[in-house]
Amino acid sequence: MSETVRNSLLFAFVGLLIVLDGTIDFAFFSGSWNSALVILNMGLISAIMALGVNLQWGFAGLFNVGIMGFVALGGLAVVLISSAPTPGAWQAGGFGIILALLLGAMTILACTVIYKNTPKGRFRAVLLIAVLAVGFVVYRKIFDPAVAGVEAINPANAGNIGGLGLPVLLAWPAGGLLAAGAAWLIGKTALGLRSDYLAIATLGIAEIIIAILKNEDWLARGVKNVIGLPRPVPYEVDLQNDPGFVESAASYGLDPVTASTLFVKLQYSLLFAVVLIILLVMAQAALKSPWGRMMRAIRDNEVAAEAMGKDVTRRHLQIFVLGSAICGIAGAMMTTLDGQLTPGTYQPLRFTFLIWVMMIVGGSGNNFGAVLGGLLIWFFWIKVEDIGLLAMQLITSGMADGSALKIHLIDSAAHMRMLTMGLILLLVLRFSPKGLIPEK
Amino acid sequence: MDILNALVALTNFVLIPATAYGSQLALGALGVTLIYGILRFSNFAHGDTMAFGTMCTILVTWMFQSMGVSFGVLPTALLALPFGILGTMALVLFTDRTVYRFYRQQRVKPVVMVMVSLGVMFIMNGLVRFIIGPGNQRFADGERFIIKARAFKEMTGLNEGLAIKTSQGITVVTAILVVAVLFWFLNKTRTGKSMRAYSDNEDLALLSGINPDRVVMITWLIVAALATIAGVLYGLDKSFKPFTYFQLLLPIFAAAIVGGLGNPLGAIAGGFVIAFSEVLVTYAWKKVLIYLMPEGMGPEGLAQLLSTDYKFAVSFMILVVVLLFKPTGLFKGKAV
Repeated sequence: MSETVRNSLLFAFVGLLIVLDGTIDFAFFSGSWNSALVILNMGLISAIMALGVNLQWGFAGLFNVGIMGFVALGGLAVVLISSAPTPGAWQAGGFGIILALLLGAMTILACTVIYKNTPKGRFRAVLLIAVLAVGFVVYRKIFDPAVAGVEAINPANAGNIGGLGLPVLLAWPAGGLLAAGAAWLIGKTALGLRSDYLAIATLGIAEIIIAILKNEDWLARGVKNVIGLPRPVPYEVDLQNDPGFVESAASYGLDPVTASTLFVKLQYSLLFAVVLIILLVMAQAALKSPWGRMMRAIRDNEVAAEAMGKDVTRRHLQIFVLGSAICGIAGAMMTTLDGQLTPGTYQPLRFTFLIWVMMIVGGSGNNFGAVLGGLLIWFFWIKVEDIGLLAMQLITSGMADGSALKIHLIDSAAHMRMLTMGLILLLVLRFSPKGLIPEK
Repeated sequence: MDILNALVALTNFVLIPATAYGSQLALGALGVTLIYGILRFSNFAHGDTMAFGTMCTILVTWMFQSMGVSFGVLPTALLALPFGILGTMALVLFTDRTVYRFYRQQRVKPVVMVMVSLGVMFIMNGLVRFIIGPGNQRFADGERFIIKARAFKEMTGLNEGLAIKTSQGITVVTAILVVAVLFWFLNKTRTGKSMRAYSDNEDLALLSGINPDRVVMITWLIVAALATIAGVLYGLDKSFKPFTYFQLLLPIFAAAIVGGLGNPLGAIAGGFVIAFSEVLVTYAWKKVLIYLMPEGMGPEGLAQLLSTDYKFAVSFMILVVVLLFKPTGLFKGKAV
C-alpha cells in the first residue's frame, strides 16, 4: 500500500468516525449531527494548534509546554479587537494604563542599559535597585487609579477597557500577532538556554498569562468572563425568522430550528477548514523549502549546523514565534466559536499536554500527521467519557445495585480521560515513536 | 514596643509560613534534583507523584481514623505516612520497570524522557482523580496549634499575636530530619557514594563495577519517599487537591533550577529562596509598616507589591533572573 493511499485511508477513517457519530445512535456514537459538528469544529481548531506545535517540535525540536498561554492570548485578542467599546473607558483610565505600562517597560529597558554600560560593582547594584524602585512606585501611582477608573464604569456588565468593535475575523490574525509578540519576549530570554529550561519557562509563562487574564479585570473582566462576543456567522434566531431560510430548510425536510443550528455549525466548519488548509499549505511549503531543510538540520545536529554558519538561536526564535502565532490564531478561533472568553477554563492538561499528545500520535515532523492527530485525538478526548462509562457499566454489571464501589466506579468514569490519554501517549512513544504518519 | 510588635507580625505572617512552605518545596525539589542527577531528565510527573503519595497516606489515615487509632496531639497522617511511602515506592518502581527502563536502555535523548514523563504524569493524574476525586480533602487532625495567637498575646502583653500551627512545626522538624538522613546516606554510606559517583560520571562509575540498576532503583525509592513526605506535609499545612499538586511543579522546578539542577544542597537553598520571595512579595506590608513608621505616616494602601494570585509569577521571575545571570544555578548544577 503506497504512502498516499495509507494516509488518505487514515483521514477517511477520522471522517468516517464523525459521519458515524452524526448518523447512528449506538454505543458511544451520539447519532446527532449537531454533536458531530461540534466535535468536528473543535477538532479543526485542535488540528491548527497541533500544526503550530509541530512547527516548533517537529521542525526545530523546541520543547514548548506553554501552548495554553498562547491560546489564551488569541482569545484575549478577540475581546480587544471585536467586542463593543466601553463608553468612557479610555478617558477614565485607558490612557493612564497604557502610560503606566510604557513606563514599566522603560524601567526594565533602563535597567538593561545600565547593566550593560556601567562597570560591575556596588555603584551599579545601587543604581539598578534605585531605578527599579522608583520605576515601580511611579508605575503603581499611575496604574492603580487608572485601573480603578476603568473598573468603576458599569461594573455589572463592563468594567473593562472594551474592544475596538472591529469585525471578528480581523481578531484571528490579531490573536496570532499578540501570541507572536509574547513568544518573541519569551524566546528572547529563554531560547539561549538548555532545552529543559525552555520547557519550564514556557510552563511558567502560560500560568502567568492565565493569572493575568483571571485577575486584571480592566483587561477582559477577569473571571467575570466576557460574553456575547460578535460572530462571523448569522445567529440561529435570525435564520429561523427568515422565511427564505425556513423554506429551503423545509425543502430538505428539516425543521427550522435544527436546520439553523446545523447551518451555523457548518459555516464555522467551513471557515475553520479554510484557515486550516491555508496554514497547512504554508507549513508544507515551509517544510519543503531550503528554510525547512535548514530547520531540520539544526534540529538533528545543532553543532554541525552552527559550524555551517547557521545562526541557531535566531532561527529558533523565528520558528518559536511562528509556531506560537499559529496557536494564537487557533485560540482566537476557539474564543470566537465559544462566543465568550472564560479564563477560568484554561487548564494546562487540556490546552498544552493534550495538544502534545495529538502531535505525537499523529506524527511529529509531518504536517499531515499533526492535523490527523488533532482530529483523531479530539474525537477520542470527547468520546472517552462515554466509552469509559460503557466500560464501567460492563465491569460493574455483576455487582449489586447500590454498592458503594459500583457507584464510585461509575462516578469516576469521567476521569478516564487523563488515564487514557496518558496511556495512548506512552503506547505511541514506545511502539510507534514516529506516529501514525511518520516524517519523510 | 512597636518594633517588637512589628517583628512579631513579620514572624507570624512571613517568616513562619515561608519557612514551612520552603521546607516543603525543598523536599520536592530534592526529589526532582535527584532524578535529574541520576536518571538525567526533568521529571514532569513529580507533582503527581506527590499527589499519589499523599492520596495513599490520606486513604490509610481515614482507615486508621475509622478504626479509632490516633496519634495523640499529632496528626494521624504521620502514622499513615510509612504506608503512603510504601505505596508510592511500589508505583514508581512499577513505572520504572514498565516505562522508563526501556528508554534508559535505548539511551534516548533527555527530552524524549521528559515527554515520556508527561505520559506518566497524565496517568498518575488520572489515577489520583479516579481514586479520590478531583475535590479538596482535609485530613489534618490532632492539636491544631503549638502556640495560639491569643495565648501569645496574654503571655507577652504585645498587641500582635504569634501563632504556630502544628503542621508548620511538624513540617520543619520532619524536613530537617529527612535532609539530615539523606545527606548522611549520600555522603557516608557505600550505596550513597555509588549514587554520587554514578551522577558525576556514569561511564567511570560503570567501569568501577557499580550496578546501574541498583543505583536507579534506590534513587526511585528515595524519590518516592521524598515526594510522599513533601506532599503529605503540604497537604497537612494547606489541603490536598490534585490540581494544586500539579501546579506545585512550577515552584518546585524553579527551586531545583535556582539551586542548580542535580545539586541536593542547591535544591534546599532554592526551595527557601523561592518560598521566601513568594511570601515577601505577595505579603501586605501595611501591618508591619504601621508599627515602624511614625504616627500618621503609615501607608494608605495594603503596601502589597503583587497580589497573591501572581505567586507563580514570582517563582518564575526569580527563575529567569537567576538563569540569565548564573545559568547553572546558585550552586553549581550539571547540564545534560
